[in-house]
Amino acid sequence: MPTVHFTRLDGTDIALTGHDGMSVMEVAVQNGVAGIVAECGGACACATCHVYVAPVDLERVGEAGDWEDEMLEDAVAPRLPNSRLSCQLVLSGTLDELHVRIPEAQQ
Amino acid sequence: MTPVGTLVVGAGQAGIQIAVSLRELGDREPIHVAGAESTPPYQRPPLSKGYLLGDLHEDSLHLRTAQFYRDREITLLLGTTVSALRPAPDCGWTAVLGNGRELAYARLALATGARPRKLSVPGAELAGVHTLRTLADADAIRAGLAAAQQVVVIGGGFIGLEAAAVARSLGKEVTVVEAADRLLGRSLSAEVADFLYRAHCARGVAIHLGAAAAELRGEAGRVTDVVLGDGTVLPADLVVVGVGAESRTELAEAIGLACRGGIVVDQAARTSHPGVVAAGDCTVGGHHLAGPAGRFESVQNATDQAKVAAATLLGAPARYDEVPFFWSDQGDLKLQMAGWTGGADTRLVRGDPSTDHFAVLHFRDGRLAAVEAVNAPQDFLAARRAITKGQTIDPVAAADHTVALRTLLRD
Repeated sequence: MPTVHFTRLDGTDIALTGHDGMSVMEVAVQNGVAGIVAECGGACACATCHVYVAPVDLERVGEAGDWEDEMLEDAVAPRLPNSRLSCQLVLSGTLDELHVRIPEAQQ
Repeated sequence: MTPVGTLVVGAGQAGIQIAVSLRELGDREPIHVAGAESTPPYQRPPLSKGYLLGDLHEDSLHLRTAQFYRDREITLLLGTTVSALRPAPDCGWTAVLGNGRELAYARLALATGARPRKLSVPGAELAGVHTLRTLADADAIRAGLAAAQQVVVIGGGFIGLEAAAVARSLGKEVTVVEAADRLLGRSLSAEVADFLYRAHCARGVAIHLGAAAAELRGEAGRVTDVVLGDGTVLPADLVVVGVGAESRTELAEAIGLACRGGIVVDQAARTSHPGVVAAGDCTVGGHHLAGPAGRFESVQNATDQAKVAAATLLGAPARYDEVPFFWSDQGDLKLQMAGWTGGADTRLVRGDPSTDHFAVLHFRDGRLAAVEAVNAPQDFLAARRAITKGQTIDPVAAADHTVALRTLLRD
């Protein structure tokens, strides 16, 4: 099963499994990972599921779409080159393992 | 024996959040959440959007995993109705479940939600006529859409327009019937309502304003036509009714709680019984902006009010006064709204609605009070942040839509 490794604010890691078609946000929220708020539940309407993708995974996740790109500009935590909204990172056969860091604030 | 623990009635967004927040606040007593539906607790907004379109798997709707509930010792009583509540002899409550089982609790939280309002015209019970509230409703509409050609949506509110956009994008002939003279009632400004009228028409949706369904006709028990008050006949093989929702207050009324179109709560989510809290679509009066008989029907409202309800149950001071937030996806149109337009005296349209990208900023006494954004996420996020932080934006400077709003925030 696809696995997402979350690095939490306190520096600890947690690995959680999802399945193909699930977003990284869904994996986080359904398992109660603190720091992924996702108020809108995946509609890409709130910018509170911001994550930083590990450099090793950047190429595989591809680029943010136009809408996500605009949302990231106004996310609460600083936008970095590896910023993504985790509701837009969908697990699949090619994206079956992923490492993300949770930013210090979402709201 | 003195009862312990909490019963949450309702396993929707608010009910689950109450349980989760109780644990986050350190409550170690038993927590039971009773929900009438047998499916794992899920989020409803996608039911009229991505899920209806077929873009989302049911698993994506789940609020939490089964493991999450187990780890936190939150017991879900799914497929379980609560048929009666009565005060326990010493203190707390005894709940009578639908299967006759009786359970005692020290604390009670009501998150019974709302039910979709039904049409009260002849033919409203025909097959092929659907309301849209539950996963089962959405599955039934999806199944119906596969074979349908002519879809009539009764009610031009958010659910209706979202469903209309989905049906249209699946290539159906879609007609929306709205009784008022504009879409979305008083939920949105005239600018956005007018824009949506034009936008949906441009995408091939026929919209009848100021029109009401007088009768639904059918053959062999299945709907075939919607007849309007002026005699217009709209052929229909699928009808979606989205004419609002009514709070479920039966249990609350049965135990004597004050209800007025919803369970009356204060800003601490406390009902008229000091030991009972309520949150979400079943309540009224819990937010100062919505007024004593009003509520905001949204995920944000359910979640934030539920957090307050949990704190109140544990005796911690809490007050629900979050900035209202709402979104709606209608085909390629993404709406995001924050704040409250009700008390605003001035508004500013930023950008050109004819481009399908614009925002309406609402001001009260010169200060930013609300934002409605259509395909304008940056304006939305900047304005929402300003409102949340008690900041404002200069309306004169904001009139130039080439200037990023985030650069204009000030105290």
